[in-house]
Amino acid sequence: MSVTLERIPGKEDQVILSMGPQHPSTHGVLRLVLELEGETVIRAIYDIGYLHTGFEKSFESKTYSQGITLTDRMDYLAPLSNNLGFCLATEKLLDLEIPPRAQWIRVLLTELTRIQSHLVWLGTHAIDIGAMSVFLYCFREREEILHIFEAVSGQRMMTSYFRVGGLALEPPLGWLKGVQKFAKSFPARIDEYEALLTRNPIWLGRTEQVGYISAEDAIAWGLSGPSLRGSGVDWDIRKKQPYSSYEKFDFKVAVRPEGDVYARYRVRLEEMRQSLRIVNQAMEGLPDGPVKANAPHIVLPDRESMKTSIEGLIYHFKIVTEGFHPPVGEVYQAIESPRGELGFYMVSDGSPKPFRCHVRAPSFANLQALPKMIEGRLIADVVACIGTIDIVLGEVDR
Amino acid sequence: MASDTESNLTLKKLKDFDPEAVEETRTFRGELTAYVRPAHFLRACEFLRDEPDLKFNFLADVTALDLYPQEPRFEVVYHLLSLETAQRLRLKVRVAGENPHTASAVPVWPAANAFEREVFDLFGIVFDGHPYLRRILMPEEWDGHPLRKDYPTEGYR
Repeated sequence: MSVTLERIPGKEDQVILSMGPQHPSTHGVLRLVLELEGETVIRAIYDIGYLHTGFEKSFESKTYSQGITLTDRMDYLAPLSNNLGFCLATEKLLDLEIPPRAQWIRVLLTELTRIQSHLVWLGTHAIDIGAMSVFLYCFREREEILHIFEAVSGQRMMTSYFRVGGLALEPPLGWLKGVQKFAKSFPARIDEYEALLTRNPIWLGRTEQVGYISAEDAIAWGLSGPSLRGSGVDWDIRKKQPYSSYEKFDFKVAVRPEGDVYARYRVRLEEMRQSLRIVNQAMEGLPDGPVKANAPHIVLPDRESMKTSIEGLIYHFKIVTEGFHPPVGEVYQAIESPRGELGFYMVSDGSPKPFRCHVRAPSFANLQALPKMIEGRLIADVVACIGTIDIVLGEVDR
Repeated sequence: MASDTESNLTLKKLKDFDPEAVEETRTFRGELTAYVRPAHFLRACEFLRDEPDLKFNFLADVTALDLYPQEPRFEVVYHLLSLETAQRLRLKVRVAGENPHTASAVPVWPAANAFEREVFDLFGIVFDGHPYLRRILMPEEWDGHPLRKDYPTEGYR
């Protein structure tokens, strides 16, 4: 925090501009320090940490189950992806088998999360560049998805719906009707966004050949997710290292070779269509069965058994008061979040609380490419570039 | 488990390249961890990145563990990924508690820049050869390194 750029001696006419942390286009509290010559950015550095809340330290004093609630609050636009990453890492540590129904519902909901997150990105990105109306449409559709989240988890955003061993509870009767309704109407809505932007000359002028990053640079700087695929690298963890039965779904990975803001825009729009395909497949083939693993010492018993059987009561008491004990060891579990590789590095010392839980936040890594994208460009492009890497500051700062 | 570790191609290649580099290996849940001796760290990283059969071209993550009061106190953890073979590898370097410092991986993977700054900020481990080693999340004038185990969760009041 609180970084500055020193003036280069002999170039005293250059302006040092501090942009943010309170700036509508910085998507939260990102501060940039720009060195300008006229309207051209000569050097840029970023300044983060304004939202640092020490999640990683807090994890160490909470049981694994309590930790899930913290994950919601990191990437607040994709809480279910964070829940999933945390649960998968813990389940890997425990070597726990998850029932198919729970896995499929997880896939369905995380894909809805991806659509929802991309909608917020598209709306805010467009408004940054000057297209006001797209924002209103995107938030209209996003609200429909949040209603689905509210139906299944009771919360619009801080869901904490995935638990170690499966789901918090079976979704309510009739919840799929809401998903079906959304899935039916959404393809036409994407067409609507595309009609507004894809061939819009102003949009093209502001995004084509702006914020260019080559495939080599993107890999070297640790870019992941749509920002990497927009540079022509065909890498998607859902395909290459499938988790939560993604290998059973048929979808394409969106890749564009151009490496500019426009390419990343096209990648994310295509990803929304592909996510919808996965949602439809998940609804059609949703298996029956339990939504929690059969592991009484890890998964909370249902209310019925807690109230009527002594074993249920004992397990409930032990899990709530003490937690469960994973074996000593360490795992790294990466998932494809809407922003890229979201990794959880979990170290257990055998106690009910993680010895260390580190989050590899995709936004944190992606932000490193920002100075590379904007140096030598106009200051107006800075705004387009912040939007295109789709950072969430809650996740950057943790 | 042991045979798993022995049959691993990455490990075999790394040992062929530099028999001294690897100090210890562990496998847990199918994930390989290799402890690399600090003096051999950068050469080993370059090899892992450039070797055509391995191609660990993507540095996914850098973090650290504080094993206080054990000595050597810190382990710096690098998570490597090969976008070509879809393999992952965890490298670890042991770092002493007194005046902790280790070689920076920025010359090999530029992506290490922000991650190592975070480790420096929160653990107080100095990365030699890092181009811009400053605090990144905590305020510049902050006292102490919050992710160390002897730093109280509630902070100092």
